[in-house]
Amino acid sequence: MSSLLAVDIGWGTTTAIKTLVVLGVVPLTALLLGYIFLLKMMSHMQSRLGPMDPGGFHGWYQLIGDGIKFLQKEDIMPAEADRKVFALAPAIVVMSTFLVFVVIPAGPRMVVRDLDVGVFYALAVSSLSVIGVLMAGWASSNKYALIGALRAAAQLIAYELPLVLAVVGVVIQTGTMSLQGIVGFQQDGAIFGFSGIGLPLILTQFVGFAIFMVAAQAELTQPPFDMPVAESELVSGYMVEYTGFRFLFFFIGEFGTAFAFSALAATLFLGGWSVPGVHGTAADVLGPAVLVVKVLFVAFLMFWARFTYPRFREDQLQALAWKWLIPIALANILVTGVLKVAF
Amino acid sequence: MKREIKGMLTGLGITFRTMTRPAVTVQYPHEREHPAPRARGVIALKEENCTVCMLCARSCPDWCIYIEGHKEQRPPRREGGKPRNVSVLDRFDIDYALCMYCGICVEVCPFDALFWSPEYEYSEPRIADLLHDKDRLGEWMATVPEPEPLELGAESKGKKK
Amino acid sequence: MTTTQPPGGLPEVEIDPAALRQLADARMNIELDTGDMILNLGPQHPATHGTLRLVVRLDGERVIAADPIIGYMHRGYEKLAEYRTYPQITTLINRIDWLSSFANEVPFIHAAERLMEVEAPPRAEYIRTILTELSRIATFLLFLGEMGLQVGAITPAFYGFRDREYVLNLIEAATGGRFHPNFNRIGGLKDDLPWGFIAECRSVMAKVMKSCDEFEDLVVGNPIFQQRTRSIGIIPAALGASYGVSGSNLRASGVDWDLRRDGPPYLVYGDLDWKVWTHPDGDSFSRYWVRLQETRESARMILQMLDALPTGPVMAKVPRIIKVPEGEAFVNTENPLGEMAYYVVSKGATGPFRVKIRSASFSNVSILPWLLRGCYVPDVVTILASLYFILGDIDR
Repeated sequence: MSSLLAVDIGWGTTTAIKTLVVLGVVPLTALLLGYIFLLKMMSHMQSRLGPMDPGGFHGWYQLIGDGIKFLQKEDIMPAEADRKVFALAPAIVVMSTFLVFVVIPAGPRMVVRDLDVGVFYALAVSSLSVIGVLMAGWASSNKYALIGALRAAAQLIAYELPLVLAVVGVVIQTGTMSLQGIVGFQQDGAIFGFSGIGLPLILTQFVGFAIFMVAAQAELTQPPFDMPVAESELVSGYMVEYTGFRFLFFFIGEFGTAFAFSALAATLFLGGWSVPGVHGTAADVLGPAVLVVKVLFVAFLMFWARFTYPRFREDQLQALAWKWLIPIALANILVTGVLKVAF
Repeated sequence: MKREIKGMLTGLGITFRTMTRPAVTVQYPHEREHPAPRARGVIALKEENCTVCMLCARSCPDWCIYIEGHKEQRPPRREGGKPRNVSVLDRFDIDYALCMYCGICVEVCPFDALFWSPEYEYSEPRIADLLHDKDRLGEWMATVPEPEPLELGAESKGKKK
Repeated sequence: MTTTQPPGGLPEVEIDPAALRQLADARMNIELDTGDMILNLGPQHPATHGTLRLVVRLDGERVIAADPIIGYMHRGYEKLAEYRTYPQITTLINRIDWLSSFANEVPFIHAAERLMEVEAPPRAEYIRTILTELSRIATFLLFLGEMGLQVGAITPAFYGFRDREYVLNLIEAATGGRFHPNFNRIGGLKDDLPWGFIAECRSVMAKVMKSCDEFEDLVVGNPIFQQRTRSIGIIPAALGASYGVSGSNLRASGVDWDLRRDGPPYLVYGDLDWKVWTHPDGDSFSRYWVRLQETRESARMILQMLDALPTGPVMAKVPRIIKVPEGEAFVNTENPLGEMAYYVVSKGATGPFRVKIRSASFSNVSILPWLLRGCYVPDVVTILASLYFILGDIDR
């Protein structure tokens, strides 16, 4: 990165720039996903138009206006709430979102830090949000929030396992946990000798992709797995006592994490920023755009399921994870390992 | 298992299909829907027909019509006749904050002085402004539609204006 | 830990191994006893269709006891009726079950007509039936949508409201009011149908049938919905009948009883060729399924009636100022929510002396304490949605 502009700007400045980029990109991605899918796609699936007036052109300003509105609201804390924990909970949720963006590559050199254990790091860090959710539910001193938080704890922990196991198949096939390495594998790969589109791992790891999508849906507490936030029962579950900018943090956390998981899925299974044949600086410029397109496709699948299906009950949810997803993921790992060694 | 997967996929198909079709939203206030001619939007008063009989005010379930009138003497219509007593309307207010839009007043009026109009855009920032007085009610007469033709097989005719 | 033994040793007791397991579980539960939590599904809650307060006692996620508290929407209809005339009361009772408001007026007007010994002309009865069935379709379309919403799918609710708009526009074209038609008068109807109503009604019925097919694909066929609603909230037929549960709720438990066919004849249901839908299961799914089929059946009934609409007046000869003679009349009808009945006592004045309203939802809700025991919290929401009560109907 420091040689990109043929100017030596040193490690400190580079890190500062990267931090600022991540801080700016995450809310932007939340906005983008929120506008396209939550406001427009959901509306059209429900035979209505969504916001049209704010900003004049199809209401593009709606979420920005919502953000400003949230920022200027009164900071209400329930009287019996645990003040420090109440204030800290949304920060932890958002922090885990930011940390995931550290390893997602948007180009051969457009990554904050390409860790050797990138996949492991990303999945580990994304599970920190469970603590934030539990803190939010407990500190709210509200029975509904408590029920939501406990459901969330059970659900998020249960679905961590299929999430990780689905990715293990990818790691076995590519032989590396570094996300840039996985992207490189897909870019340079070939399908029975034909290297036109590289080797997107979705072709061989379709089971893993399916399980990853289902588990990601559950990790984001989106319908059909939104028991913790069951809107018609708990009215926002663990977030029910949060207003103003704290609620904005949760919102950014939710959609930012949606983008992060979609980006992970795109990187692991669809080839990330890579277009076969494009390397070097051209890939640096094209990469982010390609990544966004792939992310939008994955997010479309996720949000499509979100708006169509009713929600699972907690025990049915757990049954799905433990009785179906984990055994299938383990079988996938077995088959991948055998095929990798055999071929 | 196959039935379940088919069930999940048909659901996705329906939402996808609805997404590709145009939305049904009518973007008020840029576009408007036009209610049926019989729609009960606002009540209009034709002052010259009113004889201050008070039937509408008495039959209103909410007592939202306020009427005041006085009697006057008018010269006789023909030569050598008696002077007539005529009721003159001083005040006729309908309080739309109370009105239930039931239509009993329009129905019981024996002299066809009250009419329904499908106008509905008269909301006010102040509740007190929802009390429409005689002149405003007279203005609504311009929006009263012509009595519409009835379906095949009907015998009764619509109200004359 | 040392245990003191009684002299002579412990007595020989034969313990059944199943009971031993239960004892062990009970001991475990006592050790883990976290205490019950009392949750107030308060008057303001998205799941309770209005201002119903449900105080549930929870053990974790299981309901131990549930207590519905009603009355937050009591508007005093029976007291109001003592001081109003018949046309005024007709206006007011529209608002008891506000989603199918035409159906509320019909039994009251029939009771008054019975006391006056006046019969509405056949065209009026046909149009009354058409409008009643239109209200039934309107309220059931909303049910089909919002039950999906309560179970978690946000999309069916919008489809329900969108398709309901067509039916409401029809009702508005005929009566002037979308929700509160106020169209019945003693002796017939206020007005005849406007020009173009029959053709419009036919096309709307076609849309309704298509919408029912959509609901069948989107909601009924969805395996998650089936998992959430099958075997949830089973009402045994005899118990339901003893609590006074009526309407589609009882038909979903297999009871083949519909007042339109089996009760004292009213309106023109006797002339039509239609079917009563029942389902043997009695769970939430069957309640949804029965109402879906009844929506389709209502659409077919309306098409039959449009073909067979007689000509003639819509109002019988009644005096201008209506004074209903002394007497009492009790009329019960099959409203969309269940069995609704009016008991009108008249002492010869322009208004009744006393009106007693038997509303369907009041009895439907009385089964909740029995029904909600032992189910999970999400099931509470499903059961409330499937019973389909309207607060205005419970509290009047």
